[in-house]
Amino acid sequence: MAKTLGPVKRKFSPWTDPASVPFIRFENITKRFGNFTAVDNLTLDIYEREFFSLLGPSGCGKTTLMRMLAGFEEPTEGRILLQGKDISGVPPYKRPTNMMFQSYALFPHMSVEKNIAFGLKQDNLAKGEIDTRVEEMLKLVKLEQFAKRKPAQLSGGQRQRVALARSLAKRPKVLLLDEPLGALDKKLREETQFELMDIQQTLGLTFLIVTHDQEEAMTVSDRIAVMDKGIIMQVATPAEIYEAPNSRYVADFIGDINILEGTVTQTDSALGAPGLVRIDSDGLSVAAEQECQAVKGDHVAYAVRPEKVRISQEQPADTSLNAAYGEVWDIGYLGDFSVFLVKMEDGRIVRAAQANVSRLVDRPITFGDMVWLTWSRDAGLVLTR
Amino acid sequence: MTKNRLDATVLTLGFAFLYIPIIILVVYSFNASRLVTVWGGFSLNWYVSMWSNQGLMDAAWVTARVGLLSATFGTILGTLAALTLVRYQKFPGKMLFSGMIYAPLVMPEVITGLSLLLLFVAIGVDRGFWTVIIAHTTFTMCYVAIVVQSRLLTFDRSLEEAALDLGCPPVKTFFQITLPLILPAVISGWMLAFTLSLDDLVIASFNTGPGATTLPIKIYSQVRLGVTPEINAICTILIALVTLGVIATSIGTKRAEVRRIRDEHMALRTGS
Repeated sequence: MAKTLGPVKRKFSPWTDPASVPFIRFENITKRFGNFTAVDNLTLDIYEREFFSLLGPSGCGKTTLMRMLAGFEEPTEGRILLQGKDISGVPPYKRPTNMMFQSYALFPHMSVEKNIAFGLKQDNLAKGEIDTRVEEMLKLVKLEQFAKRKPAQLSGGQRQRVALARSLAKRPKVLLLDEPLGALDKKLREETQFELMDIQQTLGLTFLIVTHDQEEAMTVSDRIAVMDKGIIMQVATPAEIYEAPNSRYVADFIGDINILEGTVTQTDSALGAPGLVRIDSDGLSVAAEQECQAVKGDHVAYAVRPEKVRISQEQPADTSLNAAYGEVWDIGYLGDFSVFLVKMEDGRIVRAAQANVSRLVDRPITFGDMVWLTWSRDAGLVLTR
Repeated sequence: MTKNRLDATVLTLGFAFLYIPIIILVVYSFNASRLVTVWGGFSLNWYVSMWSNQGLMDAAWVTARVGLLSATFGTILGTLAALTLVRYQKFPGKMLFSGMIYAPLVMPEVITGLSLLLLFVAIGVDRGFWTVIIAHTTFTMCYVAIVVQSRLLTFDRSLEEAALDLGCPPVKTFFQITLPLILPAVISGWMLAFTLSLDDLVIASFNTGPGATTLPIKIYSQVRLGVTPEINAICTILIALVTLGVIATSIGTKRAEVRRIRDEHMALRTGS
């Protein structure tokens, strides 16, 4: 599929600039449904033109948070500021936000163009202007020849684009996307992710997306908020979330990771300066080079991503640190990667991923082989939470 | 083979039990003889004399007006009741409210008719055309409420939320989004209400007054003096109307089904 690309993605990080003013601010938001607390005293800033993701398992409060911004739910406590103004009590039909629904919520009794024009008609725009805007939107989502069709006469992918066009037609200050790609198959979903990013860049809008798909969040977002049980665990860029998760929960939720529980035996790191943190995990001595709050004797988790673990049949020169020995228990062949599950003598399993750089069908390492796993000190991560 | 023959026999007997009385009525409406039980040759006489029977025609006209008006009022109230029951999950007295909506369904008609009569007498309203309409509205709205409620239960609320989100105020959303989508259910509710009003004898006879004799009351009182072929004629016309209605509805449903399948094919062909 030939694609025209939007402007080159610029370096964008208003959250690191203390002078920048947040576009949307959730301030100590709590939302209770009866006895259930869906969102618990949550504070979050989102900046203009940001592509922001709320990521978490179902029931973590991410959709509730978005619905409060759209105006479908009112916070029990706290307030929501949009461009500095408190929007509590403003009904959804008077808010400058538009939402793309998970079910798409296309009006089945209206044609594609009438669906897109619906929001514009509410603003009493002149007919000529509405027509121009509808045409523009149809072109944006490449559905010009489907203008007269009813939603039932469209495929899932086309419906998704109509829903997107309809929610963009009014040029909202913030576009809310509730699991926008959930109903599409994997290939189409990946394509659409890039289209979404292009559209966001071209129109220069603020996008807030709710998703439980970590890959999707990683691909599209400037920043991600990982949520669990109504609170935010971590807000950071995709790379930071992946490489420097702040807790076991985030590390485990995003991507694949080996987590070894252990006790701190030595810390060289002074406060504010990174240093070596040694951990004893049931006889296995591991270490990470990082700034760490933990002190000797603390119980912590030691995490390392499988793709940062090297696998070899030869014994490394130094086996005293970050080296595990075991038997290949299982191999997962994923095409681009192979994942080796290595069982250590005490029964614990450590995963190592290796890029399949050559086109060999018979891999040199196979089931039952005894192998050494090694990784560098900056690959490991000490998690105190 | 014998099993098939048995099936056919049972089926024939069943249908005969249901439809022979109606067929007899239709056939005798074309009877030239005045005697209901003796065939005197084919004739359209009774249809002609039916038209000139002023009493019968007046009653038919009253019934039509009562049916149209009470079905319309019943549909409006029933739809509102259904919306309240489905949309407001919790409010004080909800159990009582829903119980009272459904009560007329199981209430004997005699009781409904009598209690309404007592009400009208107590508040000093003269019985006539409008009291029949009020009575019929009361007992038809619960049927409408049930039909509309079942449609609303499967209604995707996000459609209304989408309209609100796009800047459409709630009342306008109801008329532009909700109503067009539940319209088939509302129309079936109306037709049900109209039919119920059309053939109600008991409630109408309790609450009617001078100048507001409905067709069922008229037919019933005439039959007590003996069945005339004129009655057969008007009943045949009623049956024809109802049959046409049923056929029209089923053709409409069939067409919608065909259209749906065509739409699905169209969507599949164009791919993603």
